[in-house]
Amino acid sequence: MREREADWSDWMASAIAGDAGAYRRLLSALAPFVRSVVRNRAASFGLASADVEDVVQETLLAIHLKRGTWDDSQPVGPWVAAIARNKLIDALRRKGRRVHVPVEDFAEVLPAETGDDNGLRPDEAEKLISVLKGRQHEVVKAISVDGADIGETAKKLSMSEGAVRVALHRGLAALSQAYRSFRE
Amino acid sequence: MRTEDLIRAIAADAATPPKRLAPAVWVALAVSAAAAWVAAWGMLPPRPEVDAAFAAVRFPMKFVVTCAFGAAAAALAMRLARPGAALGAARIALFGAAAVLAGAMLVEMYVTPSALWRDRVMGINWLVCLIHVPIFSATPLAVILLAMRRGAPGSPAGLGAAAGLLAGAIGATAYAAFCPNDSPLFVGVWYTLAVGLVTVVGAAIGARLLRW
Repeated sequence: MREREADWSDWMASAIAGDAGAYRRLLSALAPFVRSVVRNRAASFGLASADVEDVVQETLLAIHLKRGTWDDSQPVGPWVAAIARNKLIDALRRKGRRVHVPVEDFAEVLPAETGDDNGLRPDEAEKLISVLKGRQHEVVKAISVDGADIGETAKKLSMSEGAVRVALHRGLAALSQAYRSFRE
Repeated sequence: MRTEDLIRAIAADAATPPKRLAPAVWVALAVSAAAAWVAAWGMLPPRPEVDAAFAAVRFPMKFVVTCAFGAAAAALAMRLARPGAALGAARIALFGAAAVLAGAMLVEMYVTPSALWRDRVMGINWLVCLIHVPIFSATPLAVILLAMRRGAPGSPAGLGAAAGLLAGAIGATAYAAFCPNDSPLFVGVWYTLAVGLVTVVGAAIGARLLRW
């Protein structure tokens, strides 16, 4: 537990200094932690497992956009858990305003439950990324789904690396915003 | 998008510097203090001659009270803006500031004949206080709320209230330098009402503006 926290703090400090490798290690380590935090609490609220992964992704985006609120004297675990809790509450509020359709009604068209890292159904995954328009959409898709790095993306889309970075950052902020606007 | 794909995209954005909360709040505090002072200096006449013996302790005491509330509100806001931060010491500081004010009021009542309490509470012109403290707090509230947008509060209204209390304390500090009423009884009633109003406005705006 203490070792894990020490790793997370080190990676977080490196990530904030701009180290993408450390950042990826950190987020990959945090994702299962966030998932377990959300799942533990979600069960009692009847949140479906596809929604759990939604909250996990929303939490990871919030960690990214709000990492300026972490100060290095503070442990990473409770900071992340508090963000996850906030995002779960937001998701439950969104659900509260929708008519609840029991899952049995369309169980036959639902694909079988997929693995932990793959909670979103393909149509939902497409839906999330499709809120992005133009260059942001192309850049985020190239880097996330196609796995290209910044340089490859710049070459493929004939953009400068700086423009790719800007489009990526704005795209991630827009994804986070899209989750929030579902709440209105 | 699979979660691991999203992680890849987020990690690729590591080079974008994070929007740090603390430096933004320091800038906001500096701007707030300057704006409140300029507004008070521009709108109010200099403090009239007052009884030096009466003001000797009471005048500095006004600043002790407003600064104690300001410091407590700042500590509270920084903690409310950070996910998972314990309120602990900040909450104690807020009780401490309230205790300082209450103590000053009790001492004033002890040293003042009860026939004069009413005059001390009403002061020279309480309406000037009720109007000007919120005016001097307006710019501070705006810049502090903008800085707090970098935060990630569990309760946006709560953080808005703390920002409002902080802005109100800054406005009240500037007002206190020009206000001819030094009695803790005046401060305890009218300053508290005026700052409370700014706090409520902060909570109302924060509930919308500080969602993330």
